[in-house]
Amino acid sequence: MGFDSVLSDYRTNGNGGSELSVVRKKLVVVGNGMAGARVVEEILQRAPEQFDIVMFGAEPYGNYNRILLSNVLNGSQQATDIFINPLSWYRDNRIRLHAGVKVSHIDRRRRVVVGIPLKRDSLAYSANAESDDDASVIEEPYDHVIIATGSRPFVPPMEGFGAEGTFLFRTIDDCARIADFAKNCQRATVIGGGLLGLEAARGLLSHGVDVTVLEAGPQLMMAQLDPEAGDMLLKTIEAMGIHVRCNTITTKIARLGKRITHLEFRDGSTLETDMVVVSTGIRPITEVAMLSGLNVNRAIVCDDQMRTNDPEIFAVGECVEHRGQTYGLVDPIWEQANVLADIITGTNPDAAYYGSKLGTKLKVMGVELASMGATKPANDDDEVVVYREPARGIYKKLIVRGGQIAGAILLGDIESASTLTQMFLGNVAVPSRRADLLFGTPSGVSLLKASDLPDNAQICNCNGVSKKQIVEAIEVKGCQTVSKIAACTRAGSGCGSCKSLVAQILEACVGEVAYDPSEHYYVPGVPLEKSRLVSEIRNRGIKSVSEVFAQLADGREDPSSKVGLASLLKTLWPDEYEDERDARFINDRVHANIQRDGTFSVVPRIYGGVTSADELMRIAQVAVKYNVPMVKLTGGQRIDLLGIRKNDLPNVWKELGMPSGHAYTKAFRTCKSCVGTDFCRYGVGDSIDLAQKIERRFQGVESPHKMKLATAGCPRNCSEAYVKDLGAVAIEGGKWEIYVGGAAGGSVRKGDLLCTVDTHDDVLLYMGRFMQYYREHGKYLERTYGFLERVGIETLRQILVDDSLGICARLDAEIQRAVDAYHDPWQEAEIPAYPAQFSGPELAYALEVAENNG
Amino acid sequence: MAKAAVTTTVNLGSVNAIPLGQGRCYVVANQEIAVFRQRDGTLFATQNRCPHRQGPLAEGLVGSGRVICPLHAHQFNLQTGSGGEPEECIRVYGVQEIAGNIILNQSQF
Ligand code: SRM
Ligand SMILES: Cc1cc2nc3c(=O)[nH]c(=O)nc-3n(C[C@H](O)[C@H](O)[C@H](O)COP(=O)(O)OP(=O)(O)OC[C@H]3O[C@@H](n4cnc5c(N)ncnc54)[C@H](O)[C@@H]3O)c2cc1C
Ligand code: SF4
Ligand code: FES
Repeated sequence: MGFDSVLSDYRTNGNGGSELSVVRKKLVVVGNGMAGARVVEEILQRAPEQFDIVMFGAEPYGNYNRILLSNVLNGSQQATDIFINPLSWYRDNRIRLHAGVKVSHIDRRRRVVVGIPLKRDSLAYSANAESDDDASVIEEPYDHVIIATGSRPFVPPMEGFGAEGTFLFRTIDDCARIADFAKNCQRATVIGGGLLGLEAARGLLSHGVDVTVLEAGPQLMMAQLDPEAGDMLLKTIEAMGIHVRCNTITTKIARLGKRITHLEFRDGSTLETDMVVVSTGIRPITEVAMLSGLNVNRAIVCDDQMRTNDPEIFAVGECVEHRGQTYGLVDPIWEQANVLADIITGTNPDAAYYGSKLGTKLKVMGVELASMGATKPANDDDEVVVYREPARGIYKKLIVRGGQIAGAILLGDIESASTLTQMFLGNVAVPSRRADLLFGTPSGVSLLKASDLPDNAQICNCNGVSKKQIVEAIEVKGCQTVSKIAACTRAGSGCGSCKSLVAQILEACVGEVAYDPSEHYYVPGVPLEKSRLVSEIRNRGIKSVSEVFAQLADGREDPSSKVGLASLLKTLWPDEYEDERDARFINDRVHANIQRDGTFSVVPRIYGGVTSADELMRIAQVAVKYNVPMVKLTGGQRIDLLGIRKNDLPNVWKELGMPSGHAYTKAFRTCKSCVGTDFCRYGVGDSIDLAQKIERRFQGVESPHKMKLATAGCPRNCSEAYVKDLGAVAIEGGKWEIYVGGAAGGSVRKGDLLCTVDTHDDVLLYMGRFMQYYREHGKYLERTYGFLERVGIETLRQILVDDSLGICARLDAEIQRAVDAYHDPWQEAEIPAYPAQFSGPELAYALEVAENNG
Repeated sequence: MAKAAVTTTVNLGSVNAIPLGQGRCYVVANQEIAVFRQRDGTLFATQNRCPHRQGPLAEGLVGSGRVICPLHAHQFNLQTGSGGEPEECIRVYGVQEIAGNIILNQSQF
């Protein structure tokens, strides 16, 4: 068949290896599947020169990824795509591979492994696979043997299986046979409603046959699912056009001549079909071990070092029984292969395998599915948490036992699977809010405790710092504070969201975290935390950054502290603040955002995202005249002119005739809006008018970090108001909900409801109050989402709504001062604030050239 | 026997062209040079382009003899040219204020 020729490059005649050298110990591996090949890879990694390796494989190929056979059957992958170790790999690693040769037994007295070449196209895993009579027996002497014979499909007793039209599903050749036969069939039946059966059904579907799945039990995927989930999966699968019959036991495959006509069931009913694929579980392949006199129970019995009862003979994979357990998934096999490699190479004589807990993520016919541990409660005090959403085929179930996850089923949406699996495998104590387990914490904060994570777990995703590196920084380099760790490993210096984890690790290592006052300084260069700093500045009446350094930092002008101080002073003395431009970041000196190439971007203010033909024309003219390299719509509902030269800025602004959008500074940025009542059929509040009022009022107001706002005409929230620093959402009855502390940038957080009010003016009032409080109490560069996490919405409600501290009047007055102090910075286009504010590089000429012979 | 050193001396004009505490970029013989005027009056001169990704150092924040690049905040010592990041440093030039003018010495050996 054509399929055959595709694979010819992967097939061998039997001596694909290289000549042996006498000195090395000789390792013979029986079985060339996922376990056998993996363990050899592990061994080569540890000790490339230690062994001469010989491998026997009943299949006439190099090792391939059996897991992907489903894709091969449904045609989404070529058979040739799934090879993990092509024949070249064996050659390159000087491994002699006897492919298509089946080991009959190990002669332990003579210390040789005996292999018999198989007939081409014989069923590799069958107990009585036909041997190739003209080929002679192969004997390989050994020092060590590893048995990795895997398992074979199990066929329940039924009449007529084995003859034409009946198939199993385990190897590349099986896929070829099934695909080949399906060509001339209308109806196919899969016996077995487990993972593999369903995969086979999906595969057959793609060959244009009408597929029925028969399950003996009451539900699909008994091993991984509970009845309810099984039932949901059944509906999803039937929706794909596959028929399913549960509680159906096949007794006979009936034929007319050679051809299959129908199936007969125990209940007397029948089903017409042209072909049958049986996938009803697997059985470990143990003949080799038995005939060699090794202990075999359900499978080959191994100790924690993966040794059989013969110290020179090991086993690994599905053919192993360890502590009474056998496994049918790859994860445990990878663990076994690691231990075995450690032991046999002597790299770690104490290595031991203690068995695996099973957590699996599967994709069954495109349905996402994760399952681990128990599927139903066992003890009376087991706690069961269930979430159902049949409409979207989503089902989530948790079994909590003694504060830990004893089992979980996730169907349709497996977002939280990896966290759950980590917790399940690591016996991690679960949080009290069980819902967080299924949906993640509202704040998006990780549920995992650092101490539970493995050493290689990546803690800082911005800078790719592992737990191990952090522990080293603490124990070897002696970092005793989070900031020191950041300085030395960069962990936490990115988005900062991992700092809490870093702190946890630190605690775990040094017990108490050393208190580092500098972590609480408002800016690094002035040894005061914010409230002390503020009162010092107020009491001493300090109005300029240089004065702060002079009076509070004995004259040391720390450049990295300048910007923070400037923003603070501006907040404290809106109108009296002595504005020293050198204390500003370049963006704030020239009111534009510096770009990678030293040019600048210009974002004019477009109130509430509503512009006019007239404005657009002016923007267009400027873009043409200054041949602006890029004109782009921003994520903030405005227009960005990028790539403008510094000395063009003033003219660009003049000719735009629009105020600055402050897209470059730590201040009120934008207020996005949706069309609202003006046009939208759902609108219940005038979001555009409100957005424009908000933007006119608060434009340019400085704050510890950016403030980005939005208003939505209804809870459909088209303008993303729920995830803004401040958001106003119209609800029925002409009311407005005010949300604070939302985020949808580097971190994502839904804002907390501060209060619900009746009028636009009230929205402005409470928003202003919140802004002022944030301006006074937020740490420099702390976005509102961090601020809210720190302060808490209840506290804020008491202070800002119930006026528990009696400061609301003052806050309102302060923000009013800030509003009044606003002027459009782009007016500096007319009168620059200082000489050369907008000038580019200055050309200079040499005065004199002095020769000196020194 | 020491070899001859050619020192080009350049008058960059009035110090007041550089606002206190800021820097400014001058082009001398096709070379971009950043001159900084710290608040205490001290002048520094260095290459203008940051070794990291060519950020314009003249636009950076200055203080206590250090400059912070405006693009990714790498820091450099204005006296010695040594940088905060391993094997990152910048070229420094002799510069002084004479009669209100910025006098830059570019020595090539
Ligand atoms: C221009 C724009 C991208 C665009 O083309 O759409 C933009 C551009 C930049 N954003 Fe942004 N952000 C832009 C909308 C957003 C939005 C969406 C929005 O505003 O609704 C977000 C998510 C909301 C938010 O702010 O969290 C956003 C989250 C960020 C963040 C992450 C903030 C966080 O704490 O998660 C940064 C980094 C930072 O602020 O430290 C950032 C930083 C930047 C900077 C300023 C980086 C920098 O300092 O140079 C980018 C300047 C590029 C340039 O050279 O001009 N930008 N950025 C958008 C301008 C919006 C506007 O009209 O003012
Ligand atoms: C279609 C399909 C889908 C799967 N999907 C998943 C999945 O999504 N996730 C998951 O974790 N697991 C999955 N599995 C299971 C996974 O493939 C097996 O757990 C894994 O392959 C077992 O590896 P093994 O080496 O022990 O056995 P095998 O991979 O079967 O390797 C054993 C090899 O030894 C050979 N052999 C047997 N006897 C002899 C002998 N006497 N002499 C020489 N050679 C011999 C066999 O021919 C075979 O090539 C799937 C399996 C199939 C068939
Ligand atoms: S997401 Fe924002 S910060 Fe990042 S590259 Fe784009 S514009 Fe720049
Ligand atoms: S360019 Fe200077 S820090 Fe990156």
